[in-house]
Amino acid sequence: MELIKELLDHINYVGSATLFVIGLYTVLTHSNLLKKVIGINIMETSIFLFFVSIGYISGGITPIIIPGSEDIIYVNPLPSTLILTGIVVALSITAYSLSLIMRLYKEYGTLDMDKIMELRSDGQDE
Amino acid sequence: MDDLIVKVISKIIIPFMQVFGIFVIMHGHLSPGGGFAGGSILGASLILLTLAFGLKEAKRKMPHTISKIVETGAILLIVSLGLFGILSGYNFLTNGEAGFHLGRTGEIISAGFIPIATLAIGLKVGSTLITLFHTIIEED
Amino acid sequence: MKKLIFALLLCGLLFILIAGILEMPALGSIDNQSYNEVAHYYIDNSINDTNAPNMISAIMTDYRFFDTLGETIVLFTAITVVISVRIIAAGKSHYMKGDDIDG
Repeated sequence: MELIKELLDHINYVGSATLFVIGLYTVLTHSNLLKKVIGINIMETSIFLFFVSIGYISGGITPIIIPGSEDIIYVNPLPSTLILTGIVVALSITAYSLSLIMRLYKEYGTLDMDKIMELRSDGQDE
Repeated sequence: MDDLIVKVISKIIIPFMQVFGIFVIMHGHLSPGGGFAGGSILGASLILLTLAFGLKEAKRKMPHTISKIVETGAILLIVSLGLFGILSGYNFLTNGEAGFHLGRTGEIISAGFIPIATLAIGLKVGSTLITLFHTIIEED
Repeated sequence: MKKLIFALLLCGLLFILIAGILEMPALGSIDNQSYNEVAHYYIDNSINDTNAPNMISAIMTDYRFFDTLGETIVLFTAITVVISVRIIAAGKSHYMKGDDIDG
């Protein structure tokens, strides 16, 4: 009972850890390159969820100041700001990896990582 | 990719999306939103244009020569804002102390260079999205 | 078989992560260590320093604008890399002749 209560108190963090593990599992077990990119995106999303959850204060409102009113609790504005930067970096990484994948498909005719490795090793033997 | 319904609906909806994107960018220092959200909305409207009318028509409307200038110009605008701080004797990227007009809280033209910087970031993100999309879907 | 091994390993990783997470302060508690004097400084002083009610905007484009400048450079690098991979390294002939990529 104690453990379940603790887990419910940290439910966002537990969710982000679970998402991270799901993304890592996708990256590790699938040999399709597109699925690997999807796994990396899931991992990035879990990190965003973790950061934004750290900044949350229960009862707090969005950090936009209402002039002339005291005793309002605002949530921590710093993690949200840092995550805005992170989202842009995630977008750039996704675009770069997609363009590399398209180039690989044009060279080898397949998206499968194992088959690409076989084709490369065949080419080196000759 | 030649559907009449999609084309007509896109023609109606795209101007509203772009006006909303510009609204989100210009009110970035007053309300939720800002450079990234507004720039994403602008980029999404141009992506919708590409999806509905095809790459050729979209490139006629938004050629790479324009988005190239916007991308590099946004970075240059941000750096020149920073250099203005050095010219007036303060650090790089100083806002209020360096002489930018702080104005009154809650007005559109206030808060120093924050609206200009938000505008630059919004244009940068929008043109980046559309350039990435056009480059990636271009056929070999 | 490979999937089973990875699943077991990652279950172990999940156990370690959750065991660490349970030591953190609860979600939304006011005595969270990250809600420290930095956040209090931004909340108290950003309206006087910048006259912008939106605190996120004030931090992103005033206090930490150098961060945002670097991040626009990241976007610029992404465009450069994607164009070089998709067009220049693919050896598209009309680009190699010096024309624009509008073709």
